[in-house]
Amino acid sequence: MSRPLLKPLLILALASLAAMVLSVGTGSVSVAPGQVLAVLLGEGSNLQQTLVLELRLPRTLSAFATGGLLAVAGALMQVLLRNPLADPYVLGLSGGAAVGALLAMLAGLGGLIISGSAFAGALLATLMVFGLAHGTGSWTPSRLLLTGVVVAAGWGAVITLMLAISPAQRLPGMLYWLMGDVSYARSPWPALGFLLLVCLLVVPLGRSLNVLARGPMQAAALGVAVRPLEWTIYILASLLTATAVTMAGSIGFVGLVVPHMLRLVLGNDQRLILPACALAGGTLLVLADTLARVVIAPEQLPVGVITALLGVPTFLYLLYRSR
Amino acid sequence: MNPLRAKALVIDIPGRGDGQPLDFTVEPGQMWGVLGPNGAGKTTLLHTLAGLRAPRHGEVHLGEHSLTELRRRQISQQLGLVFQERQDGFPATVLETALIGRHPWLSPWQMESGDDERIARQALEQLDVAHLSDRLVNTLSGGERQRVAIATVLTQAPDTWLLDEPTNHLDMHHQVSVLQLLTDQARAGRSVFMCLHDLNLAARWCDHLLLLYPNGDACWGPAEQMLVPQALERLYDQKLITVEADGAPVFVPVKS
Repeated sequence: MSRPLLKPLLILALASLAAMVLSVGTGSVSVAPGQVLAVLLGEGSNLQQTLVLELRLPRTLSAFATGGLLAVAGALMQVLLRNPLADPYVLGLSGGAAVGALLAMLAGLGGLIISGSAFAGALLATLMVFGLAHGTGSWTPSRLLLTGVVVAAGWGAVITLMLAISPAQRLPGMLYWLMGDVSYARSPWPALGFLLLVCLLVVPLGRSLNVLARGPMQAAALGVAVRPLEWTIYILASLLTATAVTMAGSIGFVGLVVPHMLRLVLGNDQRLILPACALAGGTLLVLADTLARVVIAPEQLPVGVITALLGVPTFLYLLYRSR
Repeated sequence: MNPLRAKALVIDIPGRGDGQPLDFTVEPGQMWGVLGPNGAGKTTLLHTLAGLRAPRHGEVHLGEHSLTELRRRQISQQLGLVFQERQDGFPATVLETALIGRHPWLSPWQMESGDDERIARQALEQLDVAHLSDRLVNTLSGGERQRVAIATVLTQAPDTWLLDEPTNHLDMHHQVSVLQLLTDQARAGRSVFMCLHDLNLAARWCDHLLLLYPNGDACWGPAEQMLVPQALERLYDQKLITVEADGAPVFVPVKS
């Protein structure tokens, strides 16, 4: 059982490495892949050292972490809701984070406070959706999803309102944040560490998640403590989303599309899908960010635009072909 | 094995009186059938006995312990449940589906071993679905899915089997082979407790019966004492003709 799990992960890991080398090498001054590797091993000229290690690598790693976090969060929510439509964006988590971040920007606050405010917004949004959907009964997947969609629409209205009343000079920053942009990202290491931690955590949880995907009654009958597991997934997914959104603004679509594509190809064993999501989501965002920097260079596009422009047709094609 | 016991049990059906509290023990080797019209609470009873729903009053015991004192994992090592309705959430193959029956027996860090796979394949073989191993469950017919569900619980290998309409969707041959499989399980010292729609299958295969009336009344005991035409006519609100075939009573509804 373990060997068939390893092969796809190995391929995806190689793909992410290739994407990162490409991303680091691409830009106003390009660095050949061989030289990128040399610099990473501590060689190369001073200019190349600065360019690769200080300017480009942190951004590439941030993009990777963001994509991985979002994809894993999406995959977890899909298991929790037993619905392939669930993702942080659809459920309004990104919307909550955006409102938090925009509020801070509107107040003229900067840097760390924007991040903190976004994080708080994402957590508040999760609490709201899950609290409201729980109501007096229990979580039913369709009610959760519907609550999420409606709450997301509410956040959308609040965001539009805030944009409408903002002073003009603050608008560009806000718009960039809303469309998702990794160029503001600070150190990628905490997020990468968290992503790795979750992937390790998922190994012992994985089989329980597979059983939970069959429905809560079936899972309980097979010995899964359903409530604690559901809360664990919910908290993990919220933290993953909050971390990603805080780092790179609201990037839609990765959490929805990456797990779905992987499920079409690799099947539904969560022990494989979740780490695969981390790698594939990361790779996708690294590539999208590279494109975002190149398409209209020296200007940059927000990466969220690229993921949506590329993701929508790919997703529709896969869906169309799979029926 | 730890026998399943209902102690002064009243199942919780909203808007219904308490009726007759249930007090029975499903001993090793016994094969119980639950009969009752639609909406009498057969499924609720099964879920309550499995600890998936809280009873209104009373307790369910596995051996010495109340279900509420046991962890889900401990319960699932002794008690298996074949559901009437199944969610397929994400598509999985027949073999993967049967393999989740091993879940109660594996620690969180363990992957399914070759042994587990052998157990699952044997179960699929016994239910005549081994040739479908690599098919996705959501592409199967109703009867094939039903047999995969039973194979999953066979893979789980519980001492006590709870089954909700195990013969649903099955053709006659497979109905008989499933009931024969359950009889073999009972002969091997396990116990079986199932809801059945078909009065005649219950009369033929079960040694104990529990009649569940829509108002919450109930009676239970050895099958031959329960198969009284008047009681069954009241149960289903249907006139019956009783004939005998092959040593067992057969009940035929009267045409109105």
